[in-house]
Amino acid sequence: MYAAIAVLALLGFALGYLLGVAANKFKVESNPIVDEVTAMLPGSNCGQCGQLGCSAAAEAMIEGRIPVTCCPPGGKSLAEELGRKLGVSVDLSGMDGPPKLAVVREETCIGCVKCLRACPTDAIVGAPKQIHVVMQNACTGCGACVDVCPTWSIELTPEPETLRTWRWPKPLPVAA
Amino acid sequence: MSSNPMTTAPLISGPHAHSEESVAKVMATVMVALLPATLFGFWAYGWPAIFLFTITLLSTLAGEAIGLQLAGKPQRLFLLDGSAILTGWLLALSLPPWAPWWVGVVGGLLATLIGKQIFGGIGQNLFNPAMLARVALLISFPVEMTQWVGPHPITTAAAPGFLDGLAITFSGIPNVDSVTGASILGHAKTELTRGIGLTSSLPGHYDATAFSLGTVAGSMGETSGVLLLLGGIVLLMRKVITWHIPVAMLGSVILLSAIFHHVNPERFADPLFHLMAGGMMLGAFFIATDMVTSPTGRIGQLVFGIGCGVLVWVIRTFGAFPEGVAFAVLLMNAATPLIDHYLRPRIYGRRRDGRPLELAERKES
Amino acid sequence: MKLFRFRGGVHPHGHKLLSNQQEIDVLPLPRRLYVPVQQHIGVPAQPVVVPGQKVLKGELIAAAQGTLSAAVHAPTSGTVVEIGPFTAPHPSGLPVTTIIIDSDGEDRWCDEQAHNTDPFSLTPQEISDRVAAAGIVGMGGATFPSALKLHLGHKQRVHTLIINGGECEPYLTCDDRLMRESADTVIDGVRIMVHAIGLEGASIAIEDNKPQAYAAMRSAAEPYPEIRVVRVPSLYPMGSEKQMIQFLTGIEVPAGTRSAEIGLLVHNVATAHAIHEAVRFARPLVSRVVTVSGGAVRNKRNLQVPIGTLVQELFDYCGLVENPARLIMGGPMMGQVIPHTRVPVVKGTSGIIALSQRELGEMQTMPCIRCGRCVGACPVGLMPLELMARVRAADFDGAIDYGLHDCISCGSCAYVCPSHLPLTQFFNFAKGELVTRDVEKRKNDYTRKLAADRQARLQREAEEKKRAAAERKAARAAAKAAKATEQETQA
Repeated sequence: MYAAIAVLALLGFALGYLLGVAANKFKVESNPIVDEVTAMLPGSNCGQCGQLGCSAAAEAMIEGRIPVTCCPPGGKSLAEELGRKLGVSVDLSGMDGPPKLAVVREETCIGCVKCLRACPTDAIVGAPKQIHVVMQNACTGCGACVDVCPTWSIELTPEPETLRTWRWPKPLPVAA
Repeated sequence: MSSNPMTTAPLISGPHAHSEESVAKVMATVMVALLPATLFGFWAYGWPAIFLFTITLLSTLAGEAIGLQLAGKPQRLFLLDGSAILTGWLLALSLPPWAPWWVGVVGGLLATLIGKQIFGGIGQNLFNPAMLARVALLISFPVEMTQWVGPHPITTAAAPGFLDGLAITFSGIPNVDSVTGASILGHAKTELTRGIGLTSSLPGHYDATAFSLGTVAGSMGETSGVLLLLGGIVLLMRKVITWHIPVAMLGSVILLSAIFHHVNPERFADPLFHLMAGGMMLGAFFIATDMVTSPTGRIGQLVFGIGCGVLVWVIRTFGAFPEGVAFAVLLMNAATPLIDHYLRPRIYGRRRDGRPLELAERKES
Repeated sequence: MKLFRFRGGVHPHGHKLLSNQQEIDVLPLPRRLYVPVQQHIGVPAQPVVVPGQKVLKGELIAAAQGTLSAAVHAPTSGTVVEIGPFTAPHPSGLPVTTIIIDSDGEDRWCDEQAHNTDPFSLTPQEISDRVAAAGIVGMGGATFPSALKLHLGHKQRVHTLIINGGECEPYLTCDDRLMRESADTVIDGVRIMVHAIGLEGASIAIEDNKPQAYAAMRSAAEPYPEIRVVRVPSLYPMGSEKQMIQFLTGIEVPAGTRSAEIGLLVHNVATAHAIHEAVRFARPLVSRVVTVSGGAVRNKRNLQVPIGTLVQELFDYCGLVENPARLIMGGPMMGQVIPHTRVPVVKGTSGIIALSQRELGEMQTMPCIRCGRCVGACPVGLMPLELMARVRAADFDGAIDYGLHDCISCGSCAYVCPSHLPLTQFFNFAKGELVTRDVEKRKNDYTRKLAADRQARLQREAEEKKRAAAERKAARAAAKAAKATEQETQA
């Protein structure tokens, strides 16, 4: 019986030591998934998620501090991809409705080019003293331009629904 | 009226035409198909059978109502869809006709509460609720569940009257041993274990004609193979079921029993015996074909049917229980999700493995 | 001719007798027509008229934009009063750019381009050019530009041309009546197509519930042995392109492939008629036969209707016996709900069905009972119940695995479902959701690249600035040093 106890104890110590060595030897300095998630995010550092840029958002998502659905420019497809990547279930119910995009109000735009400089995706075109225009296909709706406009001439408005963007709604739930 | 345009219509996708089928109609058709065998059971086993049938049906409905209440679902809609009645009906048909009242009550509650509502109600259950209840009863109350009475046709003097029937159902069968006996499957199994072969044990107990008609001891609605076959044909013609499951199940039993009977008639019963004894016909046309718990693809249905047939034969021939239909169906029920997952129909323009067809590939023309 | 089979299918009640007993009637010319610039799959046409401009019947009013587009012509003579958004004949009721024309009541053709050359002396390219100029699209409802189809057919060495006279949708009888009354022109259109693609012949498939149309087409095709008229059983969805190909040839179009790529082309009989008009008489597609039927309609019949006529005008002419419970453009199986009667008839409008409440019946949805009828009915071989379970759980990957992309939205599954589940809408919803995600993803990739480019540019600019500053500094230092040396040498 003593032999058995001794053997088991020895085995425990030996394996424990091995585990300790392995933990030291194969220590991962930084979480590689942060970089991968950052690469998936839009990269415009728009701050709509409430974080300081996309890499901060990636860290926060991995730690579970913010949901994967917090990125409006990414939309549902990104949220789903992130959910799959991070192995979390995704509740997309809050992400319905068309994305909001920036629109320049032409009457009040003074052509100051401040918004051009602020835009993280170069989605606004224009020249000094000319009315600026937002190219909708490049706008992520981050709102950086809204904050810098001195005449409050930029608004985020939902993308108008057209025959091209219209989709069949999900059928109403069944009686059960 | 024609001058003012209609206001915005509901956003509904097609089709805007319907076959006018409904769940209630499907269930009603199955009940109609069961009617001949049921009425025969009432006639053959008299008032006690009618009482037990009624009690079982009411208990099944009560179980369903309790389940719906607990789940917060609309009672009227689901109680009237016919599925609970059908479950109770099938369960009653598989019970010994003179079984005491509480067998029906316990069975009925088990069927809908444990067999169906716990899974989420209609369409969600993994196992056939009637068979689940029957097996639970058989294992829990083996004595009551194997007391078979021979036919006491209601039109003859031997039949118990209305009051006698009440007494049988609610306080037990008087002179149990003189009226009840084993089923033919039980008899054959017992004799085999005693070393007596089928050629000596069956004569005098087994008569193919009587067994086909159903004038023998057995469950309330299982005995009349001919009437059940008639009901099955009704189901096939009304397209409630397809031929795949019954044909595969009966076919595999016939094949297996024919081969083994040919090799050793002492040990293995012949195909007709297997078809007409016990719950084979009811099982093949009404139990195994239960939509909720059987595969939906045609190939899957064939595999399911063959699985049921082989298991019935194996359990009857080698198992501890003399009858195996309920067990076989339940076991195959468990395999249904797997069968449906792997045996899908081939998609148009794709190969079986899901890859697109080759461009040049085409059938002979 | 040897026929094959396709799996599944359903036998909906035809309701054909309601409307196929009367000859095609000509709708009195409406006073105002609403002609959308998009009546086809592809890029919308670009208006080439301005408000106030006078137009003649058949005059080009909106030009095709590229090959995957179709020209639009004035359906009658009159004045363009407005070009702007107007309700599209679409379930959403969203607007589409529409050219509104006030009729002058004369209905005068512009005959400047009338050509009376023999179509069989034209080259295939010339024929498809004329078909394109006439703005012809697939008139069975798919509205794919016909000229592009002919052109591709010629280029891709199509070996079999099938003319679809199936008309498997319930209620619709416009193709039936057209074949009965204008068999000769339909056959002529078919022969022109055969010539345009450079084929030996063609097969015209007609369902056996249209015996008179079959007989008429047969006798019209008598002189042309290369045109075969084939009787096919009435089985929905026989009129679906892939199913018809499988039925007639036994060939399955591989997933993700167009039928033309394997040498097969399917055109509708009404399209053949339109091609005859366009190639022989330079008449563009400005009117079509529309079935007006359904329980709520008093005089159910087929009408020759100018494109752009409001649905309301059809009801005014045919009369209603009750307020329709549902309005459908096309057949009841695959047709679309329209929001109200103030939407125009377009090139793909085969019918306007006003269903009564009685016809719709009570549709209490129940949970799926796994009866498997949808599996039996699906002509594609899907398991609609499994597909629906995945869509409902928003498991779109699972749905794709179960063949979502192969679904043809024919509605057979929902038609047979005893639980009245809106299976087809679940699939339409899922397909739309996947498109949305695809669009989102592409936009994301695009904006991510834009953001990265901008970052790179800013960095480069900063570096350049730094370098420029360093250079300036170095230059200044060098100048200073040079000055110092100069001073030294001077000293």
